[in-house]
Parts: sequence; structure tokens; C-alpha cells
Amino acid sequence: MNSRITDRIATGVFYTIAAIMVALLLYLFYFILSNGLPQVTWDFLTSPSSSYQAGGGIRDQLFNSLYILFITMVITVPLGVCGGIYMAEYAKPGKITNFIRTCIEMLASLPSIVVGLFGLLIFVNITGWGYTIIGGALALTIFNIPVMVRVTEDAIRSVPKEQKEASLALGITRWHTIKTVILPYAFPGILTGAILASGRVFGEAAALLYTAGLSTPTLDYGNWNPFAENSPLNIFRPAETLAVHIWSVNTQGLIPDVREVANGASAVLVIAVLVFNLLARWLGSVIHKKLTAGK
Amino acid sequence: MAKASVSPSAEERLILTKKNRRWDEVRGRSLVTICAVIMIAATIAVTVFLAQKGLQSFTVNNINPIAYLTSANWNPTGGENASFGIFPFIFGSLAVTFLSALIAAPLGIGAAIFMSEIAPKFGKKVLQPVIELLVGIPSVVYGFIGLVVLVPLLRDHFPGIGFSLFAGVIVLTVMILPTVTTIATDAMRSLPNSLRQGSLALGATRWQTIRKVLIPAALPSLLTAIVLGMARAFGEALAVQMVIGNTRDIPGSIFDTAGTLTTIVTLNIGHTTYGSIENNTLWSMGLILLIISFVFIFIVRYLSGRRKI
Repeated sequence: MNSRITDRIATGVFYTIAAIMVALLLYLFYFILSNGLPQVTWDFLTSPSSSYQAGGGIRDQLFNSLYILFITMVITVPLGVCGGIYMAEYAKPGKITNFIRTCIEMLASLPSIVVGLFGLLIFVNITGWGYTIIGGALALTIFNIPVMVRVTEDAIRSVPKEQKEASLALGITRWHTIKTVILPYAFPGILTGAILASGRVFGEAAALLYTAGLSTPTLDYGNWNPFAENSPLNIFRPAETLAVHIWSVNTQGLIPDVREVANGASAVLVIAVLVFNLLARWLGSVIHKKLTAGK
Repeated sequence: MAKASVSPSAEERLILTKKNRRWDEVRGRSLVTICAVIMIAATIAVTVFLAQKGLQSFTVNNINPIAYLTSANWNPTGGENASFGIFPFIFGSLAVTFLSALIAAPLGIGAAIFMSEIAPKFGKKVLQPVIELLVGIPSVVYGFIGLVVLVPLLRDHFPGIGFSLFAGVIVLTVMILPTVTTIATDAMRSLPNSLRQGSLALGATRWQTIRKVLIPAALPSLLTAIVLGMARAFGEALAVQMVIGNTRDIPGSIFDTAGTLTTIVTLNIGHTTYGSIENNTLWSMGLILLIISFVFIFIVRYLSGRRKI
């Protein structure tokens, strides 16, 4: 009798906890979207930000976020996928593999501000580049690589052993097997992981404060020469991203409409992350169905 | 005639492809090995460069490391009387980390048990996506909501000005809750079913099974979940910075303002001169952050070594 009552109470407590989590998410999303969406107009998305007047938009920040994300992924995906292949297929159990694994864990758990400090030291001060997009992208690469490695390794390990063995038994070399049998099978998993990692990169701010900087030069979107000072494509220019913008207007902003800008930018950021999340699931399942010829 | 000399005979082709294949293998293998080496190099580079830079306050500026760590007097711009004691920030960092873990741990593990033992279907369909979305919300957004909702709320209902240790703890709790929950859920789900069935067959209730069998079996993994949550809380910079007040004194109560290592570094490293003594002391704080995140990793490794199942 007694133990049955405690069982009931415990179950009730667990239900409460689950309800708290759901309520928390609903509240956060309701708050962000109800305050932010009215701000997100075409004008807000396409006008440049202002440093002291009301009514500024987020055009450059949005572009910078996407551009830094793109460059980061261009560097991270090949490195991370190759690293993952090594860990899954070539690494032999032993001291060296163990050491690499520890390195990956350490990189993965570095606080983003520490990665930012390292970036400031290397890509800003030692190289003398100053605040640049490439510096920011390289800093983001540092904590994105372990994620990509882990995702790739998991995806490769989930390939059925028989497929791999069948290929090897035909006398095909290991690398050729990886290229033609294993990677196509693991592709949906890797893609899903890469998109989820993109969402993380998109919202990252602490590592970018002092690598990509807190400002953006006046950009001319008609100028596609990547070496020009005012070209949006120039990777050696400072670039404030959306997440950094939210932080900077709140802590050191002089504009009178901080709340509006931050609300709108937060909504854009959260929607982007949401889209990344849904896209990852959808693409993952679509490609998986295609490759496995399931319904 | 010319054509025949270009296209090789069957025998040659066989030998050639074999050679090609071998080269292909060597190339592929070196490519992926290089990528693995890059990860080692990156880890070593981060450690070496930050250590070298962080130690300069002690080697170049001759600050006493013991005083640096234990003195509560932080006054880097005092000229002649400048003093560099970062104890208040170490205290602030540890306080927010432990307090937020204290709240997030029972909630996170509770949610994990709910998902694995009480309502697996509902858990997978509703709670799991909820948690993944919570992970996805960028930390500045958490900070911003803390700033515009939590701080005024605390100002109206509690002593103090709203910006406080407590505000930092709540924001961090919400941020690390998904981390703790995800890892704890994996831990609970990986427990073999025979444990549950054995216990239930002996007549134990579900709660008794959870408390006496499942939690003890999953304990090392559950602790890992908490430690990783703490590591995240310890390293979080911007969200905390926006709500904690960033003062240089040791807080007297949880409703007082405080500062943490991350927030002081974030705020000051941009406008101190590179190479100056104040700048160097900030890099030393960065080094401490690095060392403590390594400590968290070693605790996690130790715990995973103790995993029995």
C-alpha cells in the first residue's frame, strides 16, 4: 500500500517535470516569436543597421552570419568527414587513437569564449589580420570539427558490416570501399549532422566577438570582387554576425530601439535554427528512403 | 596504329589498375590520417598558445600567482595601487556553475526517466524534439530574454536591482537542462531490459525499480551528464554576462550582483591594450578557463571508466 502511494507520487513528479520542460519551450518560443515577428518586416531585413538612430535593420548582419557559416562549413566538412573516416576505419585501438579521442573531446568541450581567445591571439594578433571573416570562420572550425568527426564516425559505424565485408571480399581496397560503399550509405547521417552543426554555428557569438569583430564596413552589394574593401565577399574584412549584434546592442548599444532590434534579430535567429533543424530531419529521411529503396 | 599504342592490353590494364588502386589506398589513407593529425595539432596549439600567453602575467609582469588566485581585490586600473586578485570571479564562476547544476540535475534526470521509463512514446514524440529545440536556441537569445524578462521580474519581487547571481543561475539552468537531459536519457535507455523485468518480477513497483535498480546502474553516466552540464555552465559567457551585473565584489547573497571569469574576460579584453599588464591578467583568466575545462574532461573520462553496463 505504502509503496504504491510513493509510486504514484513519483510518477506525478515525473509528469510535472516533463510538463515543466514543455511549458518552458512553449513560453520561450511564444515570447520570442510574439515579440519578434512583428518586427521582422522586409524593410528590417534589407536595411543596414544604425549605430545611434532608431529604425535600423539587420541586412549586413544577416549576410555576415550566412557567409561566415558558409566558409566555416567549407573548411569543416571535408576535415571533419576525413577525421571521422580515420576514426571509424583506420584507427587501431591503442595509445594514439586514445590520444586523438581525448583531443576531440577536449576540442568539443572548450568553452566558446576560450576558442574566441585563441582566435584573437592567433588569427587577429599573431597573423596581424585584425578582425576578419576568415579568422572568425577558423575559430568556429575549431569547435565544429569535433562535432563533424563524431557525426561522421557514428554514421560510418552504422553501416552494416556485411556491406563492407562483401566489398572487401571482392578484393577491393579499403579506400575504394569507403568511397563507393560506405560513404554513400553514411551520407544521410553525415548531412543531417552537418545541417545541425550549421544551426549551432549560426547562433554562436562568444567565439566571434573578438575574431570577426563587432563592426561591419559599409558594404556595396553590387561589388562582387572578393578583394575589394567594400565587397561583401571579402574574407579579410570585419563582420558582425546576427548573434553578436544582439549581444552588442544590448550591452553597448546607443540606439533607442534596442528592444525592437533585439526582438526582431532574436526571432530571425530562432527561426533560422528551427529551419535548420527541420531541414536536417526532412532531408535525412528523404535521402535515406531513396538510398535504401524503402517506402 | 597510334590508337593501339595508347590503349593497353588486358594484361597491362590489370597491372595498371592494381598499381592505381594501391596508390589510391595510400593517398586516401594519408588524407584521413592528416585530418586526424590536424585535430591533435589544433588541441596542442590551443593549449600551448594560451598557456604561453596566460603565463605572461606571472613571468613578465611578476604578479604573484598565489595572490592572483586568492586575493579578493581586483583593481587593475589603480595605477600605483593596482591590484590583481581574481578570487571574486573564481567564486562567481563556481557559484553559478554549482547552483545551476543543483537545479538542472534533478529536472534533467527526472525528464530522462520520464522519457525512458514512464512514457517512452510521448517522450520520443514530444519531449525529445522539445529538448533538441531548446539546445538550438542560441545563448545570446537566452541572455536577451533573461535581460528583458527575468531581471525586471527579480527587481520587482526580490531585494536588489535584478541583475544578480540568481538571474545568472536561472539563465544557465535553462541552458544546461537540455544537455543534462539528453545525456541522461541516453544513459537510461541503454540499460538492459532484463534489469527492469527482473526487478518488476520480484514485485517491486516502478518507482522502487527506478530508485533502487536503474538509477544506481546508470549512476556513472548520470554523473557524466551533470559534469558536462557544469562544464557548459562554467564556460558560458554572453548569456551570463547580460544578467549577472558584472561587479568585482564577492556577492553577499544570491540577489547581489557578481562577476564570473568568462564575463570579465568578455567585457574587458576588447578595450585593454594588447600586452599591457591588465590585458595579460585577462589572458591568465582565459588559461584558468582552459585548465578547468580540461579538469571537467578528466572527470568525465574517470566516470566513463567506471561505467559497468
